[in-house]
Amino acid sequence: MSGALGPFLLKRLALSLLTLWLLSVVVFFGCQVLPGDPARAILGPLADPRAVAALNEKLGSDRPPVEIYLSWMGGLITGDMGQSYAYRSPVAPFIGSALVNSLKLAATVFAIVVPLGIGAGVLAALRAGRPIDRLISVAGLSLTVIPEFVSSIALILVFAVLLRWLPLSASWPAGSGPLVQLQHLILPALPLVIVLFGYIARMTRAGMVEALSADYTRTAILKGLPWRTVLSRHVLRNALLPTITVIAAQMGYALGGLVVVESLFRYQGIGSLVLGAARAKDFAMLQAGILTVGAFFVVTTLLADIVTTLLDPRLRTGGRR
Amino acid sequence: MSEALPLTEPAPGLAREARTRGVVGRLLRTPSFLIGITILLFWAVCAVFAPSFVPYDPYADDLLNTLQPPSAEHWFGTDQIGRDVFSRVLVGARAILTIAPLATLVGTVAGTAIGLITGYFGGWVDAIIGRLLEVMLSLPLIIVALLVLVALGPSTPTVVVVVGLVFAPLVARTVRAAVLTERHLDYVAAAAVRGESAPYIMSVEILPNITPPIIVEGTVRLGYAIFTIASLSFLGFGVQPPTPDWGLAIAENYGVLIGGFWWTVVFDTAATASLIVGVNLAAESLQRALAE
Amino acid sequence: MTDPAVPPVLRLDDMSVSYRIRGRAVPVLSQVNLSIAKGEVYGLVGESGSGKSTVALAVQRVLPANGRMSGGRALINGRDVGALDRAALLQMRAREVAMVFQDPGRALNPSITIGRQVAEAFEILGASGHEARRRAEEMLTRVRISSPARVMERYPHQLSGGMQQRVVIAMALAKDPSLLILDEPTTGLDATIEAEILDLVDTLRREFGASILFISHNLGAIAGLCDRVGVLYAGRLVEEGPVRDLFADPRHPYTAGLLRCLPRPGLRKDLAPLDTIPGFPPAPGSIPVGCVFAPRCALADETCRTIDPPLVTTGAGRVSRCHHHDRVGDLPHAVPRAAAGTLAPAGASTGTPVLELTALSKTYGSAPYAVQALRDVSLRLMPGQTLGLVGESGSGKSTLAHALLGLIAPDAGGGMALDGAALAPEVRRRTAEQIKTLQIVFQNPDSALNRSHSVRRLIGRAITRLGGLKGAQREAQVTRLLESVRLTARQLSARPRQLSGGMKQRVAVARAFAGNPRLVVCDEPTSALDVSVQAAILNLLAELQAERQVAYLLISHDLGVVRYLSDWIAVLYLGRLLEVGPAARVLDGPHHPYTEALLSAAPSVSGERTGRIRLTGAIPSGVSPPAGCLFHTRCPRRIGPICDTEEPPFTADAHGHAIRCHLPRAELGRSLAPATA
Repeated sequence: MSGALGPFLLKRLALSLLTLWLLSVVVFFGCQVLPGDPARAILGPLADPRAVAALNEKLGSDRPPVEIYLSWMGGLITGDMGQSYAYRSPVAPFIGSALVNSLKLAATVFAIVVPLGIGAGVLAALRAGRPIDRLISVAGLSLTVIPEFVSSIALILVFAVLLRWLPLSASWPAGSGPLVQLQHLILPALPLVIVLFGYIARMTRAGMVEALSADYTRTAILKGLPWRTVLSRHVLRNALLPTITVIAAQMGYALGGLVVVESLFRYQGIGSLVLGAARAKDFAMLQAGILTVGAFFVVTTLLADIVTTLLDPRLRTGGRR
Repeated sequence: MSEALPLTEPAPGLAREARTRGVVGRLLRTPSFLIGITILLFWAVCAVFAPSFVPYDPYADDLLNTLQPPSAEHWFGTDQIGRDVFSRVLVGARAILTIAPLATLVGTVAGTAIGLITGYFGGWVDAIIGRLLEVMLSLPLIIVALLVLVALGPSTPTVVVVVGLVFAPLVARTVRAAVLTERHLDYVAAAAVRGESAPYIMSVEILPNITPPIIVEGTVRLGYAIFTIASLSFLGFGVQPPTPDWGLAIAENYGVLIGGFWWTVVFDTAATASLIVGVNLAAESLQRALAE
Repeated sequence: MTDPAVPPVLRLDDMSVSYRIRGRAVPVLSQVNLSIAKGEVYGLVGESGSGKSTVALAVQRVLPANGRMSGGRALINGRDVGALDRAALLQMRAREVAMVFQDPGRALNPSITIGRQVAEAFEILGASGHEARRRAEEMLTRVRISSPARVMERYPHQLSGGMQQRVVIAMALAKDPSLLILDEPTTGLDATIEAEILDLVDTLRREFGASILFISHNLGAIAGLCDRVGVLYAGRLVEEGPVRDLFADPRHPYTAGLLRCLPRPGLRKDLAPLDTIPGFPPAPGSIPVGCVFAPRCALADETCRTIDPPLVTTGAGRVSRCHHHDRVGDLPHAVPRAAAGTLAPAGASTGTPVLELTALSKTYGSAPYAVQALRDVSLRLMPGQTLGLVGESGSGKSTLAHALLGLIAPDAGGGMALDGAALAPEVRRRTAEQIKTLQIVFQNPDSALNRSHSVRRLIGRAITRLGGLKGAQREAQVTRLLESVRLTARQLSARPRQLSGGMKQRVAVARAFAGNPRLVVCDEPTSALDVSVQAAILNLLAELQAERQVAYLLISHDLGVVRYLSDWIAVLYLGRLLEVGPAARVLDGPHHPYTEALLSAAPSVSGERTGRIRLTGAIPSGVSPPAGCLFHTRCPRRIGPICDTEEPPFTADAHGHAIRCHLPRAELGRSLAPATA
C-alpha cells in the first residue's frame, strides 16, 4: 500500500535538490555576472582603475565565472559562505544568527495568522453569502494588498506613538526572557499577519465551499448524520488539505515581507541583512543571504508536500487501483 | 448529469453582445467596482494633471518652514526640508502610475507567452521552463527584484522590466493552468486534424478562450505591481529622489514619526493604501462579473 | 392494488419546485403527482432538463440553496417531508430513505476508507464500532463484493467504477430503507458493468423488499427493472402506467416519439430513417400556453395550443396528459428510403479500401508500467461503408481513432494507408489531400467547437484549410454546408453556446464535411445527446453517406447506434480485435462470447430479460493483461487450460468474418432473435 510512497518522496527530494542547484546558479548569476564588474559596482564609476583591479583581485572576481562559482559551491558545502566585504569577516555567523531571529519573527506571524485565517475562512464558508462572509472576504481582500510598510506606519502610530502599548523597536534588551521577546515581536509581526490573513482565509473558504458542495458531503447528509459529524468527519479534512500547501507557499512570501518589516523595525534578521548587503553592495553576503531564503522556502514546500502526501490517501497510495 | 443547477447556461438566442453588455452592466451596478474605479480615476487624473494645479512646486524646498504641521497654507504640512506635502502627495501618483501599469503589461505579455507555450507543448519544454519558473517563485518577489536592481542599478526602465519579469512566472502559472484545461478539449484536436500550425492553434483557437482569466490576472497583478514598486521605493531601490513618490517619502520621513511629525508620512501612507485598495476592489469585482 | 389503510411509501401531491436564477423564479417541476406502493419499483424517465433529478433532491429536502418547493407536498410513509423538524428529518434520512447517485466516484469521501464509510451508516443506527464493522462487511458481501475485508481497507480511488457503485448501494441498503432512490445509477459505467449493477438491484429489491424510485434516461434499463413508469417532460408528468403496457402502447405523443427514436433491431440505415421528435423542449422558465408538448407534436391542433390537457385515465392504472391520447397510433412514421441498398452491400471487398490498417499497435509508457492500448490491429474499410468499432472503456477505441488522425504516434512496425497511400503518423507529414480526406466528428460538440468562434468562422476556417476556398466562394460554401446539415443562414453568426445540443453537433458534422472527406471518424457521435436528438443526427449521417459515398469509422459503446449505421463491425477488448466481420453476421452470430455478452447486456425496451449472458469480474488492467486469451478471466464459455495459456487463432471465414476464440464456430452463441430482420 505504501509502495508508491518511497519512490514519490525520492523523486520529490531530487526535484528539490535540482531546484536548489538552479537557485544557486540564478543567485550566482545575479551577484557575480549581472553586475559585470563587482569592484566597479562597489567603488562607483569614478574610482581609480587600479583600485578597481586590486579590489577585483581581492574579491577573487577577476577569475572566470565558472571558477568563481565552483569555489563558492565548494565553500558552501564545507560551511564556508565566503568573506563579507563590508564587515571584513566570514559571512556564515551573520547568516546563522539572522536566520534564527527571522525564524522567531516568522513563527510569531504564523502562530497568529494560521488559526485566525483558517478560522475566518471556515466561518465565511459556513455562512456563505451572509453579511459575515462578505465582511471577511472584503476585509481579507483589502488587507492582503496593503504593503507592509504602509500598515506598519499605521500600527506604529496607533500602538507605539499614540497608545504606547507596545515597544517600537523589535530588538529586545540582551538577556530578555521569551515573554519580553514576544512583546517586542508582536508589532513587527502584525503587518505580515495583515497581508497573509486574507490569503489564507480566502483559500480556506474556497476549499470549504468546494467540500461542502461535494457529492460525498451530500452522501453524508443523506446518511442521516448530524451536521457536526458531517462537518468534522467529511468536510474539514478534505477542505483543509489544500490549505497546507497554500500556507507553505506563503512562507516564502513572508520571508520577502521580512525585508521591509525588519528594516522598518530595525530588527537583526535575514531580511535586514540582505537589504544591508544590497545597500553596501556586499555581494558575498547578499549571495549567501538570498540563497538561504530560497533554500528555506524550498525546504518548507518540500515538507508541505510530504505532509499533504501523508494525509491524502489518493497521493499516498499512488495511482488508480 | 446533475440537474441541480441546469439553468446557468443562457437559453439559446442570447447574443454574445448581450453577455458582454451583461458584464459591463453588472460591473456598473456593483458598489465595490464603482468605489474602486473612482479611486483609480482620481489618482489617474492627479498623475496627469496635478503638476499644473498643485499650490506649490513639489520639488521646491523651504528650509525656513521645515516640518510645519498642516495649516491653511500647507494643507498637509511640510516635510524635513520644507517641501509641501500636499503637492508632493498629489504629484506622487505620477511615478507609480507610470511604472506599475508598464510593469504589469510586461509581466502579463511575457507570462501569457510562456504560459501558452509550456501549457500547449507540455513534455520536456514544460518540464524545463516549469522548473526555472519554480526557482524564480521560490524566492520572494521583492528579493529577486532587489537582487537584479542591485546588480544593474535602479532606474525607471530597469524597475519596469525587473518587476514585469518577476511577475511573469505568476502570470505564466495561471495561463498555463488555463491552457491545460483547453488543451484537452476537442476543438484543439479538431484544429490539429485540420493541419493547423501550433502558433495558429495557440493564438487563434486557445487564446480567445483564456482571455477572461488573463484579464483578471492582469488587474490583480496591477495591484501587486503597485505594492511591489512602492515597497521597492521604500527600500531605496525604486523611484529615486528627489522625484515625489509615496514609498520614498515614507522612507525619508518615518524616522521623525516618533517625534510626532505624523503628517510627513500619514498622507503618503493613505494615498498608497487607497490606490491599492481601489485597484483591488475593481479587480475583484471584475473577477466576479466574469465568473457569473 | 394498493391498500388504502397503508399509506404509499412515497406520494407527491401536486409538487412544484422552482430555482431562483438571476433573481427570477424558474419552475422546474410543475404539479407532479405520483405514488409508489410498498415493494414497488417506479421508473421516472425523461431527457436532460426534464426535472427528474430534482424530484429526488426535493423528496429528501436537499435542493441546492437556490431551489425551493414552491407548491404541493411530498409524503414519505404518510408524513409530509416539508413539515418535519430537524430531528425528524435526520431520523427520516437515517432510517427511511436512501439514495444512490450517478457518479459513485464522487459520492464517496476520497480520504476515508470504504470500511469506515460503510460502517458509519450502521453507527447512525446505534451499532457499536465493532458491530458496525461486522455488519458493514456483511453488507458488502450482500452486494456481491467477493473479498469484503480487503475492500474495506481500501480508499474509493482504488476501486473500479462498478465496485464503487456497489459500495454506495451497500451504504444505501445499510438502513434497510423503505424507499431507495436511484438516480442514473449506471450512467458512465460500461455496458457489461451496467448490466451487472441492474441485475444486482433487481436481486436486492427482492431480498430487501424496498420500494424503489429509479430515475433514468435509459428506457431499456427502466423496462427491465420497473413495475410502473412515469414520463417527465419539461417538468410535467405527461404519462404514467405499468411499464410493459406503456412501452408497448404509449398514449402520449412524447412517449411514443421517444420509443420510436431508438435505433432498435431490424432498423438499418438503408431501409428507413429513424423517427424523430422535431423541435426543442421549451426554454426553462418560459410560460407555456396549452400543452407543453404541442409545439413539437404532429397531432397538435387548436385545442392543444390553447388548453393545457388534464391527466386523463386511459386504461387500467394508466394516465396521459394528452387531448388526443386515443390517436397516438396515428402519429406519422418516417418514410422508408425509396430504394433499399443505395449503398454498396456489406461484404463487397473489391477495389482499393479507403482505409487499411496493418498490425497497428500502440504502447503507452515504458516497462514495467507499459500499457498496450492497441495490439496488432488490422482492419480495412471500403469507400462509402461504415465500420463500427465496439468495445468497453480501455479497449483502445479512442487510441485507434487518435492514431489514425495523427494525434498520437503508433508504435513502429504497423502501417496505415489511406486510399492505398501510406499515411504518416504525424499530421504535419501528411499531404493536404490526406488531411482533407480524413476528418472527425467528436463525441461532445461543446468540447469540439471553439466556444469563442461563430458558426461562420468555425465552418469557414475548415473550408479555407481543407477546401482552399476564400472570399465569396467560401461564404457560398458555408451556406451550402449549413443547408446540407439542415441548418439555416440564421445560425451563421451564432456562437456554440447559443445553439442546442443537436444543432451544435450538426455544425460539427458540417465542419468535418468541409473538404469533401472520404473517411470520417465518428467518435461516439451521439452519446452526449438526448435520444430524440440522437435519431436526427444518425439520420443525417446516413443521408450524408448515401449522398457523398463517404466512409465512416464509427466508434460507439451503443450497439443500437452501431447496428443502425454499420456495414462492418469490429470488436475490441484490451486493444485486441476479438471479432470482425459483416455487421449482420457479427450481430446474428455465431459470435465471440464477449460480443455475445455485450449484446445481451444492452437493455431493450421490450423488457425481455431472458437469455442474458453475464460477465463477472472487472475489466483487467492494461498494465498486466491476462496471458493466453485476453478474455479468459471473464469468459462464461471458457473451455479449459488452453484459454489461459494460448491465444486463439484469428482466421476469417468466406464472408470475412473472423472470431478469436478456441471454440469451434458451431458451438459459439447466436442471437435468439436475429438482429437484422
